[in-house]
Amino acid sequence: MIEDKRVFTTELAVIGSGLTGMAASIYAINRGISTSLAGNTGAIAYTTGYLDLLGKADPSSCTIFADPWQAIASLRENQPHHPFARVTDEEIRLGFEEFTAFITSCGIKYSSPQEHNVMALTPAGTSKPTFSVPATMQAGVEAFAAKKHCTIVDFRGLRGFSARQFVANLQSEWPRLEAARVTFPNMEHGEIYAEVMARALEVPANREALAQEIKAVAGESEVIGVPAVLGMHNPDEVMADLARLIGLPIFEIPTMPPSVPGIRLREMFEQVFPQKGLTLVPQQKVTAVDFKAEQIQLSLRDNFGPITILAKTVLLATGRFLSGGLQAQHDGISEPLLGLHVSQSDSRDDWYRQYYMDRAGHAIHLAGIEVDDQFRPVDAHGKIVDKRLFAAGVMLAHQDWIRGRCGAGVALATAYRAVNEAHKLLQTA
Amino acid sequence: MTTSAAGQSPDSVPRTVETEVLIIGGGATGTGIMRDLALRSIHCHLIDKQDLCAGASGGNHGLLHSGARYVFSDPHSAVECREEGAILKRLAPQCIEETGGLFVAVAGDDEAFANNFANLCEAAGIDCQEISTDEARKLEPHLSADLIKAYLVPDATIDPFRLALENVNHARELNDSTYHPHTGVIDFEISEGRIKAAICKNHHSGELLRIVAKQYVNAGGAWAMDIARLAGCDDVSLLYSKGTLLITNDRLTQRVINRLRPPADGDILVPGGTVSVLGTTSLRTDDLENSRPTIDEVNQNVIEGTAMIPSLADARYIRAFARIRPLVQNGGAGDDRSVARSFSLKDHEDQGLDNFCTITGGKLTTFRLMAEKTADLVAKRLGNSNPCLTATTPMPAGTSCRWTEPGASPKYWYEANNSDDMILCECEMVPQSAIDQIVQCAPGAEKEMTLEAIALRSRAGKGPCQGSFCGIRIGSYLYDRGYYTDRTGLHHMRDFFSERFKGMRTIIWGQQAAQMELAEALHCGLLGLDCLDDVNPSTENTQAPNQHQEDK
Repeated sequence: MIEDKRVFTTELAVIGSGLTGMAASIYAINRGISTSLAGNTGAIAYTTGYLDLLGKADPSSCTIFADPWQAIASLRENQPHHPFARVTDEEIRLGFEEFTAFITSCGIKYSSPQEHNVMALTPAGTSKPTFSVPATMQAGVEAFAAKKHCTIVDFRGLRGFSARQFVANLQSEWPRLEAARVTFPNMEHGEIYAEVMARALEVPANREALAQEIKAVAGESEVIGVPAVLGMHNPDEVMADLARLIGLPIFEIPTMPPSVPGIRLREMFEQVFPQKGLTLVPQQKVTAVDFKAEQIQLSLRDNFGPITILAKTVLLATGRFLSGGLQAQHDGISEPLLGLHVSQSDSRDDWYRQYYMDRAGHAIHLAGIEVDDQFRPVDAHGKIVDKRLFAAGVMLAHQDWIRGRCGAGVALATAYRAVNEAHKLLQTA
Repeated sequence: MTTSAAGQSPDSVPRTVETEVLIIGGGATGTGIMRDLALRSIHCHLIDKQDLCAGASGGNHGLLHSGARYVFSDPHSAVECREEGAILKRLAPQCIEETGGLFVAVAGDDEAFANNFANLCEAAGIDCQEISTDEARKLEPHLSADLIKAYLVPDATIDPFRLALENVNHARELNDSTYHPHTGVIDFEISEGRIKAAICKNHHSGELLRIVAKQYVNAGGAWAMDIARLAGCDDVSLLYSKGTLLITNDRLTQRVINRLRPPADGDILVPGGTVSVLGTTSLRTDDLENSRPTIDEVNQNVIEGTAMIPSLADARYIRAFARIRPLVQNGGAGDDRSVARSFSLKDHEDQGLDNFCTITGGKLTTFRLMAEKTADLVAKRLGNSNPCLTATTPMPAGTSCRWTEPGASPKYWYEANNSDDMILCECEMVPQSAIDQIVQCAPGAEKEMTLEAIALRSRAGKGPCQGSFCGIRIGSYLYDRGYYTDRTGLHHMRDFFSERFKGMRTIIWGQQAAQMELAEALHCGLLGLDCLDDVNPSTENTQAPNQHQEDK
C-alpha cells in the first residue's frame, strides 16, 4: 500500500482530545481560528457528564461550597498558584456559557450555569456539588432538592448500579425514595452494558417496551430515576419520549465508567467538529513536535500513514497520568511529549500521604506544568519555553481537580484563556 | 492476676461459651493446631483480633521451602523443611504448586560459598542438581546473563490463606470447632495457677465474649509476647523483624528463584499464580502495629532483585507489603536472618500456670510440625491419648475455601456456564456466586462482612486494579442482596480502598500512577468517599489510619 503523505496547515493545533481539548476547539471555532485537534481521547469516557466548577476550596475541610464564586475567591487567597488565580470570574463564566451553549446547539442540552452549585446524585447514593448538569440529569437534581416521591429503577444484568444501594444510602435524607428492578427489553439474560442499552433506546419500539416495564413499578411516584442509558445521540428526545410514555418525568444518574454521558460528548464532537471545518485526527497520539522558526510541525500517524500538522500556535492539553500527559517514573514525574518542566515534590515519598482518604489530598496531584499568566509553559527558571506554545487543563500544576471537584472548571477556564491568548498572538502576527 | 486491664468485671460479660481449648491467633500455626486438635476429637475455639493470616502467615513469599535456603545457617531447620514440605505436598496439594526452585549465583557472588552448596544439600538430604547457566536461562528466560552457578532444588509455593481456610473448615466439619474473626483477648481470669476464662472482644461489634476452656494456646505470632504477658508470663522473648515484599503484575518465572549467597535483601523471587513476589528486606523494629513498607525498602528490593532478574527493574508492581516476623530471642547477635529459624514451645509451668502454652518462632513450611508439638502437649494435659493425624490425613478441599486460588474463579465460572452469574472482579474473574458462597459459608463468614474479609477469602482485589473497581461492584452487589442496608456499606468500601492503598503507596509509578489517579477520581471525585458524613474532619487524619491497627 502506498502511504499518503498528508500535511495540514492550521493556525492552532490542539493536542489532546479530552474535555480541555474539546473546549479549546469550540472556543477556536467560534473565533474563526483554523484549528486541528489530535491526540488520545483522554479520560472523557470516565466523566459523569456533570461539569464541576469548584466544590471544595480548602482540601483539608469538608465544607461543600454552595457558592462556587465564594469558593474561588477563598481559593485564590489560599492557593495563589492555582490556575483559577490566573483567570477572572468573568472568564470562567464566559468559558462555561460558551461551552454549554455550543454542545446544547449540537443536541446535548446542558443546564445553563447559574450562580450556585447544585447537589447532583452519584451511583452510590451519595451527592456531590457540581455546576452544570446535562438536561437528562436535571430532574434528578430537582427531585433530590424537593425530596419528591421517587422510584429509582435499575436493570437486571447491569453491574455496579443497584437501586437498593442508592436508596439505602439516601433514605435517611430522602424518605419517599423507592427501589425497583426491571428487565431491559430484549436483554433478558446475562450481563448488559450501559452503552448498548443507550443505543437500543434510540429505537422507539424499545422505548415503548421499557416504558411499560417502568410504569408497572412506578407506583405513586412523581418522578423516575434510572442509570444513564437514555440514548446516545439524541438523549433529550429519548428522555422526553420516555417521560411522555410513562407519564412521569424521568432522569438519569451517572454510572460507573465507561459512562454514556462521556461517550455521548465524544461521539458528538467527532461528528460535529469536521462539519465546522476543524481538522480532526481522532485517537492518534502526536509523537513529535518541532518548534521551527516559521511554524511548528507536529508528527503523528494513523492507519493510512504519516500525518504532518503545520501550525502557528500549539495548545497542549494532554491531561495527567491516565491520559499520558504526565508520566511518573520511580524517580520523578515528566512530561513525555515535549519534555516540559514538571513542578513536583522532591521525592516519591512525598507523592502520597500514608492515609488514602486524607483530607489534605496528595501532593502528586499538585504536580504538573508551570505556566505564566498567558498559560504558556515555563521552564524551571520561569522562562517561557516558546511564545507559541500554550498549555491548559488538569495537566497544569498547583490544582487537585479530584479533591477540589474542579475538573471541568480547570479545563474550561484555562482552555478559554489559553485560546484567547493564542488568538491575540495570531492576530498580531 | 485477676485485675482487668480493660476494666471489665466478669459479671458484666454478657455471654460465656465453653470449650476444651481456646487458641489465640489465626495464622498458619493457630489454624493448624485447631485442625490437629479436632482430628484428635478435641473441641476448640479459635480467635484472631484481625482475621486469618493477618500477620506473618499472610505476609511472606508463600514459599514452601525445600530446606536448601537453610543449609548454611541452620541445617536442623533445613531437614525439618525437607520433611514437612514432603508431607504437605502429599496431603494438601490444593494449597501447593510444585514449581521447583533454582538457586543461582551471579558474577560477583562468592564462588566458594556457591561451590559448597551441593554438599550441604546432600548432607541435609535435599535433592540438588547443578545445571549449566545456559540450561538455567533456557528454563527461566528472565534470569540474568551474568549467571555463574545454578542448582535445581524441590522448592514449591504454598497459599497460606487457602491453607488457613482449609484448616479451619476441616476443624469445623470434624467436630464443630469454631472460629471467631476480629476477636481479641483483652483479659484472662486467673486463679489457683490456672486460667479460668479469657475475656474476648469483638472489635467490630464491641461485644464481649467470655471463653471458658480447659487449655489455652497462645499462637499469636508477633503478638505472642504481649499475649503471654497478659497472662502474667514473662518467659516469651521475641525479636521483631520487619520484612517488605513486592508483587509484580506478571509472573516472571515458573520456578522459585533464590540467590545463592548468604541471605540478604531482595534475594528470593517466588511465583504465586499469575504474579511473582519479590523480597525481602529485614529490619529490626519495636513497632508491631505500623508495619508499612517504605520507599527505601521497595527500592532496595528492586535493586537487589535486578541482579538475578534484570527485568525486575522495569516490571509493573501492583503491591508492596510489610509484615512483622517474630524471631525467638536467643541472645545471639548479628543479622536477624541468621537467627535460627526453629520454633519454641513454652509450657509456662515455671510461670505458675498449668493450662497455658505459647508456640512461637518457626516458619510457614514447618507450621504443621509446630501444631503437632503444641497439640501433643495440650492433648497430654487433657488426658487425651489420640495420636496426631496431620502427617497422615489428607486435607479435604472445602468448596468455600477454593476462591483464593489464582485461576480457580474463571475455571469454576466457565464450567458453571451461567451467563446470569456476572463477574464482579474483572482482574481476577470473581463472579457473584463466589461472593455469595463466601458470605454464606466461608470460615469466619458473618452477616455483614467487610470487603476486606471477602477479599481475604477470594482473589477479589488482587489484580492490577487492586480492588478499585471491584470494591465498588462487590459493595454494590452486597447492597443489592440486602447484606448492607445503610451507609455502613460505604464505610466498608472506603476502608477496603484505604487498606488496599497501603499496599500501593510505595509502588505508584508507571501504569500504577494512571490506575491510582483513576481510582481516586472514582472513589473521591465521583463517590465522595473522602467526605462520608459521619467523619469529623478535625480528627479524621489522626484516627482513621489507626482504625485497622486497633483490630490487629
